[in-house]
Amino acid sequence: MKVHVDQELCQGHGRCYALAPELFEPDDLGNGFAIDEGDVPAELVAKARLAAANCPESAVIIIEDTDLATEAAEPT
Amino acid sequence: MGLHDPVTDWASDFDHTDDAWVADPFPIWDELRETCPVAHSERYHGVWLPTRHEDIAEIAHDTKRFTSRQVIVSEYRAPLDMAPQGTAPPITSDPPYHQGARRMLLPAFSPQAVARLEPFTRQACQDLVDQLEGNDVVDAAEGYAQHIPVQVIAHMLGLPASDGDRFRGFVNVVLEGVDAAREDREAGIVEFFRYLKDLIEDRMRRPGDDLVSYLLDVDLDGEKVDPFWVTRMIGLLMIAGIDTTWSAIGASIWHLANVPDDRERLIAQPDLLPTAIEELLRSYAPVTMARLVREDFEFNGCAMKQDDFVLLPFPAANRDPAAFDRADEVIIDREVNRHAAFGLGIHRCVGSHLARMELRVALEVWLDAFPDFSLADARAVRWSGGQVRGPRELPLKIETRSERY
Repeated sequence: MKVHVDQELCQGHGRCYALAPELFEPDDLGNGFAIDEGDVPAELVAKARLAAANCPESAVIIIEDTDLATEAAEPT
Repeated sequence: MGLHDPVTDWASDFDHTDDAWVADPFPIWDELRETCPVAHSERYHGVWLPTRHEDIAEIAHDTKRFTSRQVIVSEYRAPLDMAPQGTAPPITSDPPYHQGARRMLLPAFSPQAVARLEPFTRQACQDLVDQLEGNDVVDAAEGYAQHIPVQVIAHMLGLPASDGDRFRGFVNVVLEGVDAAREDREAGIVEFFRYLKDLIEDRMRRPGDDLVSYLLDVDLDGEKVDPFWVTRMIGLLMIAGIDTTWSAIGASIWHLANVPDDRERLIAQPDLLPTAIEELLRSYAPVTMARLVREDFEFNGCAMKQDDFVLLPFPAANRDPAAFDRADEVIIDREVNRHAAFGLGIHRCVGSHLARMELRVALEVWLDAFPDFSLADARAVRWSGGQVRGPRELPLKIETRSERY
Protein backbone atom coordinates (compact mmCIF):
# COMPACT_ATOMS: atom_id res chain seq x y z
CA MET A 1 0.00 0.00 0.00
CA LYS A 2 1.02 3.59 -0.67
CA VAL A 3 -0.43 6.89 0.49
CA HIS A 4 -0.47 10.17 -1.34
CA VAL A 5 -1.87 13.62 -0.51
CA ASP A 6 -3.56 15.32 -3.45
CA GLN A 7 -2.19 18.86 -3.22
CA GLU A 8 -5.07 20.20 -5.32
CA LEU A 9 -7.48 19.10 -2.60
CA CYS A 10 -5.38 19.49 0.57
CA GLN A 11 -6.27 22.61 2.58
CA GLY A 12 -3.99 21.94 5.53
CA HIS A 13 -6.58 20.63 8.00
CA GLY A 14 -3.76 18.48 9.37
CA ARG A 15 -5.75 15.40 10.24
CA CYS A 16 -3.38 13.05 8.37
CA TYR A 17 -0.19 14.01 10.16
CA ALA A 18 -2.01 14.25 13.51
CA LEU A 19 -3.42 10.72 13.18
CA ALA A 20 -0.52 9.06 11.35
CA PRO A 21 2.68 11.04 11.97
CA GLU A 22 4.68 8.01 10.81
CA LEU A 23 3.21 8.43 7.32
CA PHE A 24 2.53 12.15 6.88
CA GLU A 25 4.22 15.42 7.76
CA PRO A 26 3.29 19.10 7.43
CA ASP A 27 5.15 21.66 5.37
CA ASP A 28 5.66 25.22 6.66
CA LEU A 29 2.11 26.14 5.63
CA GLY A 30 0.50 23.18 7.38
CA ASN A 31 -0.28 21.18 4.23
CA GLY A 32 0.14 17.42 4.55
CA PHE A 33 2.65 15.35 2.58
CA ALA A 34 3.37 11.64 2.54
CA ILE A 35 6.75 10.87 4.09
CA ASP A 36 9.38 9.44 1.71
CA GLU A 37 7.64 7.64 -1.13
CA GLY A 38 4.40 7.11 0.77
CA ASP A 39 5.10 3.41 1.34
CA VAL A 40 2.91 1.99 4.09
CA PRO A 41 4.38 -0.87 6.13
CA ALA A 42 1.91 -3.58 7.08
CA GLU A 43 1.67 -2.43 10.69
CA LEU A 44 0.56 1.07 9.61
CA VAL A 45 -2.16 0.08 7.14
CA ALA A 46 -4.92 0.76 9.67
CA LYS A 47 -3.47 4.17 10.45
CA ALA A 48 -3.27 5.03 6.78
CA ARG A 49 -6.94 4.18 6.35
CA LEU A 50 -7.83 6.18 9.45
CA ALA A 51 -6.01 9.23 8.08
CA ALA A 52 -7.82 8.91 4.76
CA ALA A 53 -11.19 8.48 6.47
CA ASN A 54 -10.67 11.62 8.53
CA CYS A 55 -9.54 14.04 5.84
CA PRO A 56 -12.31 16.66 5.49
CA GLU A 57 -11.27 17.31 1.89
CA SER A 58 -10.81 13.62 0.96
CA ALA A 59 -7.31 14.55 -0.14
CA VAL A 60 -5.56 11.50 1.31
CA ILE A 61 -5.40 8.91 -1.42
CA ILE A 62 -4.76 5.23 -0.67
CA ILE A 63 -3.13 3.25 -3.42
CA GLU A 64 -3.67 -0.41 -2.70
CA ASP A 65 -0.90 -2.87 -3.45
CA THR A 66 -1.18 -3.45 -7.21
CA ASP A 67 -0.22 -7.13 -7.15
CA LEU A 68 -2.83 -7.88 -4.55
CA ALA A 69 -5.40 -5.76 -6.35
CA THR A 70 -4.77 -7.61 -9.59
CA GLU A 71 -4.97 -10.97 -7.85
CA ALA A 72 -8.21 -10.02 -6.18
CA ALA A 73 -9.71 -8.91 -9.47
CA GLU A 74 -8.83 -12.16 -11.26
CA PRO A 75 -11.23 -15.10 -11.03
CA THR A 76 -9.66 -18.07 -9.32
CA MET B 1 -32.72 39.78 22.19
CA GLY B 2 -32.26 41.86 19.10
CA LEU B 3 -34.41 44.14 17.04
CA HIS B 4 -36.08 41.46 14.96
CA ASP B 5 -39.53 39.90 15.10
CA PRO B 6 -39.60 36.37 16.48
CA VAL B 7 -39.45 33.63 13.85
CA THR B 8 -42.57 31.56 13.27
CA ASP B 9 -41.59 29.83 10.00
CA TRP B 10 -38.00 28.63 9.78
CA ALA B 11 -38.24 27.50 6.15
CA SER B 12 -39.28 30.90 4.76
CA ASP B 13 -38.43 33.48 7.43
CA PHE B 14 -35.49 32.22 9.51
CA ASP B 15 -33.22 34.47 11.56
CA HIS B 16 -29.96 33.24 13.03
CA THR B 17 -30.22 35.78 15.87
CA ASP B 18 -33.65 34.54 17.00
CA ASP B 19 -33.92 33.43 20.63
CA ALA B 20 -34.97 29.88 19.68
CA TRP B 21 -31.96 29.49 17.35
CA VAL B 22 -29.60 30.90 19.96
CA ALA B 23 -30.93 28.59 22.68
CA ASP B 24 -30.83 25.40 20.58
CA PRO B 25 -30.40 25.51 16.79
CA PHE B 26 -30.03 21.75 16.29
CA PRO B 27 -33.74 20.80 16.10
CA ILE B 28 -34.28 23.68 13.66
CA TRP B 29 -31.51 22.44 11.37
CA ASP B 30 -32.60 18.81 11.69
CA GLU B 31 -36.13 19.65 10.63
CA LEU B 32 -35.06 21.90 7.76
CA ARG B 33 -32.66 19.24 6.49
CA GLU B 34 -35.64 16.88 6.14
CA THR B 35 -38.25 19.33 4.87
CA CYS B 36 -36.49 22.28 3.21
CA PRO B 37 -32.76 21.65 2.84
CA VAL B 38 -32.05 25.15 1.47
CA ALA B 39 -34.24 27.56 3.43
CA HIS B 40 -34.72 31.21 2.52
CA SER B 41 -35.48 34.38 4.42
CA GLU B 42 -36.16 37.92 3.27
CA ARG B 43 -34.49 39.21 6.40
CA TYR B 44 -31.10 40.90 5.95
CA HIS B 45 -32.25 41.70 2.37
CA GLY B 46 -32.16 38.06 1.41
CA VAL B 47 -30.33 35.12 2.96
CA TRP B 48 -30.25 31.38 2.27
CA LEU B 49 -29.63 28.52 4.69
CA PRO B 50 -28.45 25.12 3.46
CA THR B 51 -28.42 22.43 6.16
CA ARG B 52 -27.14 19.34 4.29
CA HIS B 53 -23.44 18.54 4.48
CA GLU B 54 -23.37 17.99 0.72
CA ASP B 55 -24.78 21.45 -0.10
CA ILE B 56 -22.69 23.27 2.50
CA ALA B 57 -19.55 21.57 1.18
CA GLU B 58 -20.44 22.41 -2.42
CA ILE B 59 -20.99 26.10 -1.66
CA ALA B 60 -17.87 26.32 0.51
CA HIS B 61 -15.81 24.94 -2.38
CA ASP B 62 -17.47 27.06 -5.09
CA THR B 63 -15.55 30.34 -5.08
CA LYS B 64 -16.79 31.22 -8.56
CA ARG B 65 -20.51 31.52 -7.86
CA PHE B 66 -20.12 32.54 -4.22
CA THR B 67 -17.88 35.38 -3.08
CA SER B 68 -16.38 35.87 0.38
CA ARG B 69 -16.54 39.66 0.02
CA GLN B 70 -18.61 39.68 3.20
CA VAL B 71 -18.79 36.74 5.59
CA ILE B 72 -20.87 38.17 8.43
CA VAL B 73 -24.56 38.47 7.60
CA SER B 74 -26.01 41.90 8.32
CA GLU B 75 -28.43 44.40 6.80
CA TYR B 76 -25.57 45.88 4.78
CA ARG B 77 -23.29 44.72 1.98
CA ALA B 78 -19.58 45.45 1.74
CA PRO B 79 -19.06 47.68 -1.32
CA LEU B 80 -17.95 45.90 -4.49
CA ASP B 81 -14.80 48.02 -4.62
CA MET B 82 -13.56 46.26 -1.47
CA ALA B 83 -12.81 43.27 -3.71
CA PRO B 84 -10.49 41.44 -4.19
CA GLN B 85 -9.21 41.87 -0.63
CA GLY B 86 -12.55 42.39 1.11
CA THR B 87 -12.78 44.04 4.50
CA ALA B 88 -10.60 41.53 6.37
CA PRO B 89 -8.23 39.53 4.15
CA PRO B 90 -7.84 36.66 3.55
CA ILE B 91 -11.19 35.48 4.97
CA THR B 92 -13.04 38.09 2.88
CA SER B 93 -10.84 37.63 -0.20
CA ASP B 94 -11.50 35.64 -3.34
CA PRO B 95 -8.96 33.99 -5.63
CA PRO B 96 -6.45 34.82 -6.85
CA TYR B 97 -5.66 37.54 -4.24
CA HIS B 98 -6.73 35.20 -1.47
CA GLN B 99 -3.88 32.74 -1.88
CA GLY B 100 -1.07 35.23 -1.38
CA ALA B 101 -2.66 36.85 1.65
CA ARG B 102 -3.28 33.45 3.17
CA ARG B 103 0.27 32.27 2.53
CA MET B 104 1.52 35.28 4.50
CA LEU B 105 -0.40 34.13 7.56
CA LEU B 106 -0.07 30.35 7.37
CA PRO B 107 3.56 30.02 8.61
CA ALA B 108 2.60 31.85 11.82
CA PHE B 109 -0.19 29.31 12.40
CA SER B 110 1.51 26.11 11.24
CA PRO B 111 1.62 23.13 13.60
CA GLN B 112 5.31 23.83 14.19
CA ALA B 113 4.68 27.48 15.12
CA VAL B 114 1.70 26.52 17.29
CA ALA B 115 3.78 23.98 19.23
CA ARG B 116 6.04 26.83 20.33
CA LEU B 117 3.02 28.60 21.86
CA GLU B 118 1.96 25.62 23.96
CA PRO B 119 4.04 26.37 27.10
CA PHE B 120 2.68 29.94 27.21
CA THR B 121 -0.87 28.65 26.73
CA ARG B 122 -0.50 26.04 29.46
CA GLN B 123 0.83 28.61 31.92
CA ALA B 124 -2.02 31.01 31.07
CA CYS B 125 -4.58 28.23 31.70
CA GLN B 126 -2.87 27.23 34.92
CA ASP B 127 -2.90 30.82 36.21
CA LEU B 128 -6.62 31.03 35.44
CA VAL B 129 -7.54 27.84 37.32
CA ASP B 130 -5.33 28.94 40.22
CA GLN B 131 -7.46 32.07 40.50
CA LEU B 132 -10.68 30.04 40.44
CA GLU B 133 -9.55 27.41 42.93
CA GLY B 134 -11.41 27.43 46.25
CA ASN B 135 -14.74 28.67 44.83
CA ASP B 136 -17.78 26.42 45.01
CA VAL B 137 -19.29 27.93 41.87
CA VAL B 138 -17.24 29.29 38.97
CA ASP B 139 -18.19 30.58 35.54
CA ALA B 140 -16.19 28.49 33.07
CA ALA B 141 -17.07 30.81 30.17
CA GLU B 142 -16.44 34.20 31.79
CA GLY B 143 -13.79 33.12 34.25
CA TYR B 144 -11.83 30.66 32.11
CA ALA B 145 -12.59 29.97 28.45
CA GLN B 146 -12.82 33.56 27.25
CA HIS B 147 -9.43 34.56 28.65
CA ILE B 148 -7.42 31.83 26.95
CA PRO B 149 -7.59 32.90 23.28
CA VAL B 150 -7.38 36.57 24.30
CA GLN B 151 -4.13 35.98 26.14
CA VAL B 152 -2.67 33.83 23.37
CA ILE B 153 -3.44 36.31 20.60
CA ALA B 154 -2.19 39.23 22.73
CA HIS B 155 1.03 37.27 23.26
CA MET B 156 1.36 36.63 19.51
CA LEU B 157 0.77 40.30 18.71
CA GLY B 158 3.15 41.50 21.41
CA LEU B 159 0.38 43.25 23.36
CA PRO B 160 -0.11 43.34 27.10
CA ALA B 161 -2.62 40.85 28.51
CA SER B 162 -4.30 43.85 30.14
CA ASP B 163 -5.66 44.87 26.71
CA GLY B 164 -7.83 41.77 26.82
CA ASP B 165 -11.00 43.53 27.94
CA ARG B 166 -10.76 45.92 25.02
CA PHE B 167 -10.34 43.01 22.54
CA ARG B 168 -13.39 41.31 23.91
CA GLY B 169 -15.39 44.50 23.47
CA PHE B 170 -14.33 44.74 19.82
CA VAL B 171 -15.23 41.12 19.16
CA ASN B 172 -18.61 41.63 20.71
CA VAL B 173 -19.35 44.62 18.51
CA VAL B 174 -18.34 42.93 15.26
CA LEU B 175 -19.72 39.43 15.75
CA GLU B 176 -22.49 39.60 18.26
CA GLY B 177 -23.63 43.14 17.48
CA VAL B 178 -25.16 42.38 14.07
CA ASP B 179 -28.63 43.12 15.36
CA ALA B 180 -27.60 46.14 17.46
CA ALA B 181 -28.50 49.66 16.38
CA ARG B 182 -26.42 50.65 13.36
CA GLU B 183 -24.86 53.73 15.04
CA ASP B 184 -23.73 51.71 18.07
CA ARG B 185 -22.12 49.05 15.93
CA GLU B 186 -20.40 51.57 13.68
CA ALA B 187 -19.05 53.57 16.62
CA GLY B 188 -17.61 50.36 18.07
CA ILE B 189 -16.01 49.41 14.78
CA VAL B 190 -14.45 52.87 14.41
CA GLU B 191 -12.90 52.51 17.86
CA PHE B 192 -11.58 49.06 16.93
CA PHE B 193 -9.86 50.36 13.79
CA ARG B 194 -8.38 53.31 15.70
CA TYR B 195 -6.85 50.82 18.16
CA LEU B 196 -5.46 48.74 15.30
CA LYS B 197 -4.06 51.77 13.48
CA ASP B 198 -2.21 52.90 16.62
CA LEU B 199 -0.82 49.36 17.00
CA ILE B 200 0.42 49.19 13.40
CA GLU B 201 1.99 52.67 13.57
CA ASP B 202 3.78 51.73 16.77
CA ARG B 203 5.26 48.58 15.15
CA MET B 204 6.26 50.47 12.02
CA ARG B 205 8.33 52.78 14.21
CA ARG B 206 9.60 50.06 16.53
CA PRO B 207 9.48 46.58 14.99
CA GLY B 208 9.61 43.69 17.45
CA ASP B 209 9.55 39.92 17.50
CA ASP B 210 5.79 39.65 17.05
CA LEU B 211 3.19 38.82 14.43
CA VAL B 212 2.40 42.46 13.59
CA SER B 213 6.05 43.21 12.81
CA TYR B 214 6.31 39.97 10.83
CA LEU B 215 3.31 40.85 8.65
CA LEU B 216 4.62 44.37 8.04
CA ASP B 217 7.92 42.90 6.85
CA VAL B 218 6.84 39.83 4.86
CA ASP B 219 6.79 39.88 1.06
CA LEU B 220 3.66 39.32 -0.99
CA ASP B 221 4.49 38.93 -4.69
CA GLY B 222 7.86 40.58 -4.05
CA GLU B 223 6.45 43.63 -2.29
CA LYS B 224 5.64 44.64 1.27
CA VAL B 225 1.94 44.66 2.01
CA ASP B 226 0.25 48.04 2.42
CA PRO B 227 -0.06 48.67 6.19
CA PHE B 228 -3.76 49.30 5.60
CA TRP B 229 -4.21 45.63 4.72
CA VAL B 230 -1.97 44.49 7.58
CA THR B 231 -4.31 46.44 9.87
CA ARG B 232 -7.25 44.57 8.41
CA MET B 233 -5.51 41.20 8.79
CA ILE B 234 -4.69 41.85 12.43
CA GLY B 235 -8.30 42.86 12.94
CA LEU B 236 -9.35 39.56 11.44
CA LEU B 237 -7.02 37.57 13.70
CA MET B 238 -8.43 39.25 16.79
CA ILE B 239 -12.04 38.84 15.73
CA ALA B 240 -11.76 35.34 14.31
CA GLY B 241 -9.42 33.92 16.92
CA ILE B 242 -11.15 34.92 20.11
CA ASP B 243 -14.90 34.29 20.05
CA THR B 244 -14.49 31.03 18.19
CA THR B 245 -11.95 29.35 20.46
CA TRP B 246 -13.67 30.70 23.55
CA SER B 247 -16.85 29.06 22.26
CA ALA B 248 -15.19 25.71 21.54
CA ILE B 249 -13.58 25.54 24.98
CA GLY B 250 -16.79 26.62 26.71
CA ALA B 251 -19.02 24.21 24.77
CA SER B 252 -16.65 21.33 25.51
CA ILE B 253 -16.65 22.06 29.24
CA TRP B 254 -20.46 22.41 29.08
CA HIS B 255 -20.69 18.95 27.53
CA LEU B 256 -18.41 17.44 30.18
CA ALA B 257 -20.51 19.07 32.91
CA ASN B 258 -23.63 17.53 31.36
CA VAL B 259 -22.25 14.05 30.71
CA PRO B 260 -20.32 12.78 33.74
CA ASP B 261 -19.52 9.48 32.00
CA ASP B 262 -17.56 11.29 29.29
CA ARG B 263 -15.77 13.44 31.84
CA GLU B 264 -14.76 10.46 33.95
CA ARG B 265 -13.63 8.55 30.90
CA LEU B 266 -11.35 11.39 29.79
CA ILE B 267 -9.82 11.59 33.25
CA ALA B 268 -9.23 7.82 33.25
CA GLN B 269 -7.99 7.78 29.64
CA PRO B 270 -6.19 11.06 28.91
CA ASP B 271 -4.88 9.56 25.65
CA LEU B 272 -8.44 9.69 24.35
CA LEU B 273 -8.51 13.50 24.53
CA PRO B 274 -7.34 14.25 20.95
CA THR B 275 -10.05 11.92 19.58
CA ALA B 276 -12.65 13.36 21.94
CA ILE B 277 -11.73 16.91 20.93
CA GLU B 278 -12.56 16.14 17.30
CA GLU B 279 -15.96 14.85 18.37
CA LEU B 280 -16.59 17.89 20.56
CA LEU B 281 -15.61 20.09 17.59
CA ARG B 282 -17.97 18.16 15.33
CA SER B 283 -20.83 18.24 17.78
CA TYR B 284 -20.51 21.86 18.90
CA ALA B 285 -18.73 23.49 15.95
CA PRO B 286 -18.94 27.17 16.89
CA VAL B 287 -18.70 28.78 13.48
CA THR B 288 -21.30 29.45 10.80
CA MET B 289 -19.69 31.26 7.87
CA ALA B 290 -21.41 33.13 5.06
CA ARG B 291 -20.94 33.95 1.39
CA LEU B 292 -22.57 36.38 -1.02
CA VAL B 293 -24.08 35.19 -4.28
CA ARG B 294 -21.95 36.66 -7.06
CA GLU B 295 -24.60 36.71 -9.79
CA ASP B 296 -28.20 35.55 -10.13
CA PHE B 297 -28.30 31.79 -10.65
CA GLU B 298 -30.20 28.70 -9.66
CA PHE B 299 -28.76 26.45 -6.96
CA ASN B 300 -30.57 23.11 -6.58
CA GLY B 301 -33.85 24.70 -7.62
CA CYS B 302 -33.37 27.86 -5.54
CA ALA B 303 -33.35 31.15 -7.45
CA MET B 304 -30.45 32.91 -5.77
CA LYS B 305 -30.02 36.62 -6.47
CA GLN B 306 -26.83 38.64 -6.66
CA ASP B 307 -25.79 39.82 -3.17
CA ASP B 308 -28.07 37.39 -1.35
CA PHE B 309 -26.24 35.98 1.64
CA VAL B 310 -25.80 32.24 2.05
CA LEU B 311 -25.13 31.03 5.58
CA LEU B 312 -22.79 28.05 5.86
CA PRO B 313 -23.76 26.40 9.15
CA PHE B 314 -20.84 24.00 9.57
CA PRO B 315 -22.37 22.73 12.83
CA ALA B 316 -25.46 21.70 10.82
CA ALA B 317 -23.27 19.94 8.25
CA ASN B 318 -21.63 18.08 11.13
CA ARG B 319 -25.01 16.74 12.29
CA ASP B 320 -26.15 15.49 8.88
CA PRO B 321 -26.99 11.77 9.14
CA ALA B 322 -26.09 11.39 5.45
CA ALA B 323 -22.49 12.29 6.33
CA PHE B 324 -22.09 10.89 9.85
CA ASP B 325 -23.16 7.67 11.50
CA ARG B 326 -25.33 8.44 14.59
CA ALA B 327 -24.90 12.11 13.71
CA ASP B 328 -27.00 13.40 16.60
CA GLU B 329 -25.01 11.55 19.28
CA VAL B 330 -21.81 12.74 20.91
CA ILE B 331 -19.49 9.72 20.82
CA ILE B 332 -16.19 10.79 22.31
CA ASP B 333 -14.25 7.84 20.91
CA ARG B 334 -15.61 8.31 17.38
CA GLU B 335 -12.70 7.34 15.14
CA VAL B 336 -13.94 8.29 11.70
CA ASN B 337 -14.76 11.97 11.90
CA ARG B 338 -14.54 13.95 8.70
CA HIS B 339 -16.11 16.99 10.35
CA ALA B 340 -16.23 20.50 8.93
CA ALA B 341 -15.83 22.53 12.14
CA PHE B 342 -13.01 24.56 10.59
CA GLY B 343 -14.74 24.99 7.26
CA LEU B 344 -14.00 23.39 3.91
CA GLY B 345 -12.10 24.51 0.84
CA ILE B 346 -9.68 27.40 0.45
CA HIS B 347 -10.95 29.28 3.51
CA ARG B 348 -10.19 26.47 5.98
CA CYS B 349 -9.67 28.25 9.31
CA VAL B 350 -6.10 29.59 9.30
CA GLY B 351 -6.02 29.22 13.08
CA SER B 352 -7.29 25.64 13.26
CA HIS B 353 -4.01 24.21 14.57
CA LEU B 354 -3.83 26.96 17.18
CA ALA B 355 -7.47 26.43 18.16
CA ARG B 356 -6.96 22.68 18.58
CA MET B 357 -3.89 23.24 20.74
CA GLU B 358 -5.72 25.80 22.91
CA LEU B 359 -8.73 23.51 23.27
CA ARG B 360 -6.59 20.50 24.23
CA VAL B 361 -4.46 22.40 26.73
CA ALA B 362 -7.49 24.20 28.18
CA LEU B 363 -9.26 20.88 28.79
CA GLU B 364 -6.15 19.17 30.16
CA VAL B 365 -5.53 21.93 32.70
CA TRP B 366 -9.22 22.25 33.59
CA LEU B 367 -9.75 18.51 34.15
CA ASP B 368 -6.57 18.29 36.18
CA ALA B 369 -7.68 21.16 38.45
CA PHE B 370 -11.40 20.34 38.54
CA PRO B 371 -12.01 16.65 37.88
CA ASP B 372 -15.55 16.80 39.26
CA PHE B 373 -18.00 19.52 38.22
CA SER B 374 -21.60 19.92 37.11
CA LEU B 375 -23.93 22.65 35.91
CA ALA B 376 -24.75 24.92 38.85
CA ASP B 377 -28.00 25.95 37.17
CA ALA B 378 -28.83 24.69 33.69
CA ARG B 379 -31.17 27.66 33.11
CA ALA B 380 -28.38 30.13 33.82
CA VAL B 381 -26.32 28.94 30.84
CA ARG B 382 -26.45 31.60 28.14
CA TRP B 383 -25.34 30.98 24.54
CA SER B 384 -24.16 33.62 22.08
CA GLY B 385 -26.26 34.50 19.05
CA GLY B 386 -25.19 35.16 15.49
CA GLN B 387 -22.56 33.21 13.60
CA VAL B 388 -20.36 32.09 16.49
CA ARG B 389 -22.06 29.84 19.00
CA GLY B 390 -20.79 29.07 22.45
CA PRO B 391 -21.68 29.51 26.10
CA ARG B 392 -21.20 33.07 27.33
CA GLU B 393 -22.35 32.30 30.87
CA LEU B 394 -21.58 28.85 32.23
CA PRO B 395 -21.85 28.63 36.03
CA LEU B 396 -20.47 25.34 37.29
CA LYS B 397 -20.57 23.73 40.69
CA ILE B 398 -17.11 22.52 41.59
CA GLU B 399 -16.75 19.52 43.90
CA THR B 400 -13.77 19.97 46.17
CA ARG B 401 -11.01 17.45 45.97
CA SER B 402 -10.75 16.84 49.69
CA GLU B 403 -13.17 13.90 49.45
CA ARG B 404 -10.82 12.22 47.09
CA TYR B 405 -7.84 12.16 49.38
